[in-house]
Amino acid sequence: MDFSLTEEQQMMLEEIKKVCEEKIAPRAEEVDEKGEFPKENIELLANMDLLGLVIPEEYGGLGMGFLTWSFVGEEISKACGTTGLIFGANLLCIYPLMVFGTEEQKKKYLPRLAKNKLAAFALTEPEAGSDAGNVKATAKLEGDHYIINGRKIFNTNGGEASIYIIIAATHPGQGPRGLSAFIVEEGTPGFTIGQKFNKMGFSALPNVELVFDNCKVPKENLLLKERRGFRVAMETFDTGRIGVGIGALGIAEAAYEAALKYAKERVQFGKPIASFQAIQHILADMATEIEAVKLILYKSAWLKDNNQPFEKYASMGKLKASEVAMHVSTKAVQVFGGYGYMKEYPVQRYMREAKLFEIIEGTSEIQRSVIANFLLKGR
Amino acid sequence: MEIIVCIKQVPDTEDVSKVKIDPQTNIMIREGIKNIINPFDENAIEEAIKLRDKYGGKVTVISMGPSHAEAALRSALAMGADEAILICDRAFIGSDTLATSYTLTQAINKIGKFDVILFGKQAIDGDTAQVGPGVAEQLGIAQITYVRKIEIKNNILRAERALENSFEVVEVKLPCAVTVTKEINEPRYASMKGLLMARKKQIHVWSAEDLDVDKDKIGLDGSPTQVVKIFTPQTKHEGEILDGTASEVADKLVSKLTEHKLF
Repeated sequence: MDFSLTEEQQMMLEEIKKVCEEKIAPRAEEVDEKGEFPKENIELLANMDLLGLVIPEEYGGLGMGFLTWSFVGEEISKACGTTGLIFGANLLCIYPLMVFGTEEQKKKYLPRLAKNKLAAFALTEPEAGSDAGNVKATAKLEGDHYIINGRKIFNTNGGEASIYIIIAATHPGQGPRGLSAFIVEEGTPGFTIGQKFNKMGFSALPNVELVFDNCKVPKENLLLKERRGFRVAMETFDTGRIGVGIGALGIAEAAYEAALKYAKERVQFGKPIASFQAIQHILADMATEIEAVKLILYKSAWLKDNNQPFEKYASMGKLKASEVAMHVSTKAVQVFGGYGYMKEYPVQRYMREAKLFEIIEGTSEIQRSVIANFLLKGR
Repeated sequence: MEIIVCIKQVPDTEDVSKVKIDPQTNIMIREGIKNIINPFDENAIEEAIKLRDKYGGKVTVISMGPSHAEAALRSALAMGADEAILICDRAFIGSDTLATSYTLTQAINKIGKFDVILFGKQAIDGDTAQVGPGVAEQLGIAQITYVRKIEIKNNILRAERALENSFEVVEVKLPCAVTVTKEINEPRYASMKGLLMARKKQIHVWSAEDLDVDKDKIGLDGSPTQVVKIFTPQTKHEGEILDGTASEVADKLVSKLTEHKLF
């Protein structure tokens, strides 16, 4: 087993750490406080070619694997959870385009996404959450166009994205088997942004309602085939879980590092609190949990890059990373004591942010079902 | 437009707490300190790239130093410089600012064609600010130091030169040498494509033999500056903490300052 980074990865990470430390991390508090989309951060990532990290070189990307993506995503999320999630959500559109897109679709959309455009993936509806097959939005073929009607909620990157993948029923009433995936560009007539959701954390993360009112989408924007939308979604989520897990990992690491630093500086009873066993054990648990979850996530990315079954591990990684992020950030607030509850310190933000990871991209309960399903089938 | 940028690799002393001097040898302990491009030189590289993108041409970055200075040159290539030359030879060891500017001058003469030579205003290790002007003198070209803005029109370079409380506008004919301040621009981060490309690019290494140099003018022999001693200044006085309410403390402070004729 080789745990060393390639020279290429080392060089890239050095530059990414620099930009994270100098630009992205210092803005994180303001981003959360103001709740404004961190445009400058995304521009920085775009200028550094990072938005196209996994996009093949022939479409203007860097053609890197998901392990490299994971290292990069981890640094970004550690510096600014919001920026990390925007970066991660992008993958949910890039990936299905890469895998299911026709040559024409790839040529048309991937270079834009590699350059500077953001993307989004929309499945969730008021009645289709964990029950992902229960999509009510419809797409009806009329001549050369599909006419899409319906609403999507909790859409990450929505409103800022230029390219969306939308899951809608071409065969309503037939559950998962009736669903199809479509590429929809911003500004398509009949496609508008509805309400903006007001969240407990990640206030600056674009998250909106998408409204389709007789939205006319060219026939060639169908991704894969009719009735294959559920498969597109599921495969996207399998890979997306690596990304979401990495986002949670970044938050956990940021919370742990903040707690470690504070514990060394904060003096009570005449000594830094890091000298007390109660605090030391908390820090030891944090570091151990982070290390363990890192290994599952890296392993799942490595398996994916090497074309081996990775789905179970991605699910395990997402489950564990989000729970570790929740635990570590909650404990970080505890290490900070009263100050930890105050907005001046970042740990309360990490705690608010961590909770999201136990919910998105399949709740922890769904992950356990997914994992159990693999286990029971002997896979 | 042919642009040359002279850069130096320096220890990263931004985190001063990490900088320690060995009390026996009086030499900086380099373990645990990474090497970076001198920050002002990053501004020079950025400006060179901007000028090239605006007026066309080529950016050549040169550095004199040990073999690990190659990393600094690679970073410059990753930012967008076109070519890099490392001037590296044991014969150059011990060069002071005069010998360094002589050696750089000979390297620039070997390159031959140039319109603008850019430097950072000074290096953060030696802080002398002498090499840029030294090169300009030895080449016999105009120099503008502490520049915060550059415009070029019809072979004339117009620069804003930062002074203590103001600035002056200076115009010179090309070719010329310019040393730049932090205010001139914000150095870009390397793009990943730039980084990967820089990895594959060749860095030319020139030794003393490759340059037309007078042996008496290089290295320790060519350096009139002799370093007698390097030491960490001792802190002689403890700080004093003034107690009391804000207005009492203010009164005490004013009388202290008056007493020491500082107010």
